[in-house]
Amino acid sequence: MSTQDKKRFEVVGKGRRRVDGRAKALGQLRFADDLALPRMLHCKLLRSPHPHAVIEEIRTGRAEKLAGVHLVLTGKDFPVPFGIMPVSLDEFPLAPERVRYVGDPVAAVVATDEQTATAALDLIEIKYKSLKTISDPIEALQNPEPRIHEYGEQGNIHRNQAYEFGDVDAALAASDHVFEDTFFFEGNTHLAMEQQASLATVEGDGKLLLTTSTQNPHYLHRQLARVLQMPASHVRVIATPNGGGFGGKCDPANHEMVVSKAALLLGRPVKICLTREEVFYQHRGRHPVLMKFRTGVTKDGKLTAMHLQTLLDGGGYGSHGPASTFYTGVLTPVTYELPRFKFEACRTFTNKPPCGPKRGHGTPQPRFGQEVQLDKIAEKLKLDPAELRLNMVTKRDSLTASWLRIGSTGLAECIRQVVARSDWKSRYGKLPFGRGLGLACSAYMCGAGVSIYWNKMPHSAVQLLLDRSGQVTVYCGATELGQGSDDVLATIIAEVLGIDTGLVRCVTGDTGITPVDLGSYSSRVTIMMGNAALQAAERVRGTLAEAASESLGIPPDRVVFSQGRVFAAEDPGKGMSFVEAIALGEAKSGPLSTVGSYSPPKAPGKYKGAGVGPSPAYSFSACVVETEVDPKTGWITVPKIWIAHDIGRALNPVLARGQVIGGVYMGLGEALMEEQVFRRLPPKLSNALVHRIPSMLEYKSLTALDMPEVDVALIEDPDPNCPFGAKEAGQGPLLPVMPAVANAIYDAVGVRIDEIPITPDKVLRALELKNSGKDPRVGPEHFPSVPYPKPIFVLPPGEGGDGGERKSPEDKAERKKVAA
Amino acid sequence: MAAVPDRVHLTYLVNGEESPVSFAPYKTLLEVLREDLNLTGTKHGCELGECGACAVLIDGEPQLSCLVLGLECEGKRIDTVEGLARGTELHPLQAAFADCGGSQCGYCTPGMLMTAKALLDRDLNVTREQIKEAISGNLCRCTGYQQIVDAIESAAAEMRGARK
Repeated sequence: MSTQDKKRFEVVGKGRRRVDGRAKALGQLRFADDLALPRMLHCKLLRSPHPHAVIEEIRTGRAEKLAGVHLVLTGKDFPVPFGIMPVSLDEFPLAPERVRYVGDPVAAVVATDEQTATAALDLIEIKYKSLKTISDPIEALQNPEPRIHEYGEQGNIHRNQAYEFGDVDAALAASDHVFEDTFFFEGNTHLAMEQQASLATVEGDGKLLLTTSTQNPHYLHRQLARVLQMPASHVRVIATPNGGGFGGKCDPANHEMVVSKAALLLGRPVKICLTREEVFYQHRGRHPVLMKFRTGVTKDGKLTAMHLQTLLDGGGYGSHGPASTFYTGVLTPVTYELPRFKFEACRTFTNKPPCGPKRGHGTPQPRFGQEVQLDKIAEKLKLDPAELRLNMVTKRDSLTASWLRIGSTGLAECIRQVVARSDWKSRYGKLPFGRGLGLACSAYMCGAGVSIYWNKMPHSAVQLLLDRSGQVTVYCGATELGQGSDDVLATIIAEVLGIDTGLVRCVTGDTGITPVDLGSYSSRVTIMMGNAALQAAERVRGTLAEAASESLGIPPDRVVFSQGRVFAAEDPGKGMSFVEAIALGEAKSGPLSTVGSYSPPKAPGKYKGAGVGPSPAYSFSACVVETEVDPKTGWITVPKIWIAHDIGRALNPVLARGQVIGGVYMGLGEALMEEQVFRRLPPKLSNALVHRIPSMLEYKSLTALDMPEVDVALIEDPDPNCPFGAKEAGQGPLLPVMPAVANAIYDAVGVRIDEIPITPDKVLRALELKNSGKDPRVGPEHFPSVPYPKPIFVLPPGEGGDGGERKSPEDKAERKKVAA
Repeated sequence: MAAVPDRVHLTYLVNGEESPVSFAPYKTLLEVLREDLNLTGTKHGCELGECGACAVLIDGEPQLSCLVLGLECEGKRIDTVEGLARGTELHPLQAAFADCGGSQCGYCTPGMLMTAKALLDRDLNVTREQIKEAISGNLCRCTGYQQIVDAIESAAAEMRGARK
């Protein structure tokens, strides 16, 4: 009997202290910046003060002569570029010829201490020639020259793509209503509490060791080997426990390459810790996105088709941009039944810190637009927003128009839960002026169906080692960010072997000794690492059961593992301790070591680009936000939030609830205040485009006093593709919060704020419009003309397609005839 | 102008132990703790007094150690997260943080714990609002604060029980 089919679990589903909880409470956990080595030197980076310039000359002589300076590096020391995605290898550890944003690293000093290194930075002389600055996507479209990069689609367009699943224009023309809305989502950043830090050293065996705060040690390992032109087997990356990631530590980073090179050149350990200001420049956070939705509905509130256009502000480098561009659309059809869907997306380069993945990666922006537009649709059709949504949630095991397979879904139950818990039916639309409720939903993926670089190997692998002392050690490349990945790993092993999580030692995130896991991103760890762990644990249990069965004189399938004992199902008194079972197993079969691995199922879509969006499972969330809006000041207070999250199964409910509340917190911050924004210095001060608020005080985030009570319902409908049915919780619950806030503000004071963040000044402006009889809306007025390519046309499953693309317009015309 | 010495030598009372230490005079208490006394439990998140990760107790009062010069603390009683547990037994606040989900990444935890300790040292009968007020200068990006408030509330109850 598979452990997953057990009726009662001993570990899974029980609220427990996480395996690393004690070390954290003691302050004993070692983050990257807590590490030091004998003879260690310190590194500082010199960053560009210009948003866009050519480097004409760098003179390092004076810096090199400063007492205490051991090494000065510049772009010429790094001839090989890198990047997280194979199609965007556009960064150099130190910019060789061109700088593309204020903060782009151009030189590095390694010295005896940080003070000396900082002093030496001032002695580096650089001659720049300023170039025209491209400050936003509109400017990028209007100014193909100067090109920020010499690659990309054209001019300053990095990525440009279009898909059409079924004839959208025809469906819109046949709809009872077509709603057209534009929205804007401002960029914001991760603001993990821990600033990135790295320590590089050459170990006794002559190989490089980089110990660093990273979410993705495997991808970093590959890029380090590439940049340093060393065999990957001579490079070891250890991901220290991260002090929060949220996507900000996914990209391989300049400073990681620089200290590695310096350690190799000097033969001494070299450490760097970014300052908080530098973290704002390193960024890779939420893309600013302008969006336009044209959505058709029937008079009874069913979607007929949607045409979504997005325009992304990518910043100065590619980062995860190609994936981010896809994610501004591909998950749109997952939440509700949408028979036809057209999606056009364009990412531009601009002279700002690169944008990349932040919690929800590309999806929160269109989710905001989609869910606010649904609120407008419900109002126009005089339907309850909750009922409207309930009537069109995607069905279990169905295919979207874009060929994504929905597995389990608990969305309907999520909606029912938040409606009941918030007393929605008797309060929505009925509260006094100034108070309101808003509802929104979302869906998110449980891991990306394909790896960042093309390969056929497993996405996650686990190695398990049991020894006669009773120790259970599990090795996996997965990375602890604080989300609880080590606890998930220990939970699954412990449940299968009938032991306590405290018996499991997790060795994770070390490319030198752990099998590959692709990293902590895209909410993939519980599902992919978890399935790999489950396989490894069941294999070793099989070996133990055979050995024990011989001793007990019963068939192996009648051996039970429970509470640290191994015994006969029919006679629990007949058995042995877990340690004794290990000894029997080791005597019979040799050392007890197994591996497990996981690859996601093949996706049904066959068109080019069908690899982005498929996932082994999708999580769903519904959220109700209550707001109080002061019509005199526009001040917004949020007294309470209700959220229901379809998690499949909560492996450790304490952690699962923590992830959900944490997601709500971050979503509320994005809704109300968080923004990564820039301003122009006056012309006499260089006219440069600079970060407005590169400090934790000025980048506003919620404090304990601002944070409302969050009521959490975990909806447990186990998904067959997931370990013990457990789906993700780290990202999904953030997504419905922003639109629910916007919808609640409309219910409170009757104004639409169609952009994020929703600040008091915008609410006041909208109220003034309302009071003067104008459209009470603040948001983007129009969507620019973007030269999207001709869409790749794919027939939706319901219209007889095979999941492949139709190459010519004739194919589309032919299909029309058939449909007619 | 008097010459600035390369290093100063002085003694703190750190977690109840006399701790002589020698350091460059420009260093903050945070740097002295982390770099010269190897007490890396206290974290830094901003260097500017914005985040609360570096909070320690100086003579029982919560202070941001990144805004205090090491020089200013001669002879003072300094309590850090390393001194909270009694031997291997966790302080009730530590146990509650571990059990209630008060730590996710754990980076803000030391500062939160010391701030909470100062609060509970003054009064064990605290409301949730008072707890939120007390930790409002400590940023956390993971938890949404709710389980931190739960943990401090639970520790206060535990400590009230122990006192009876």
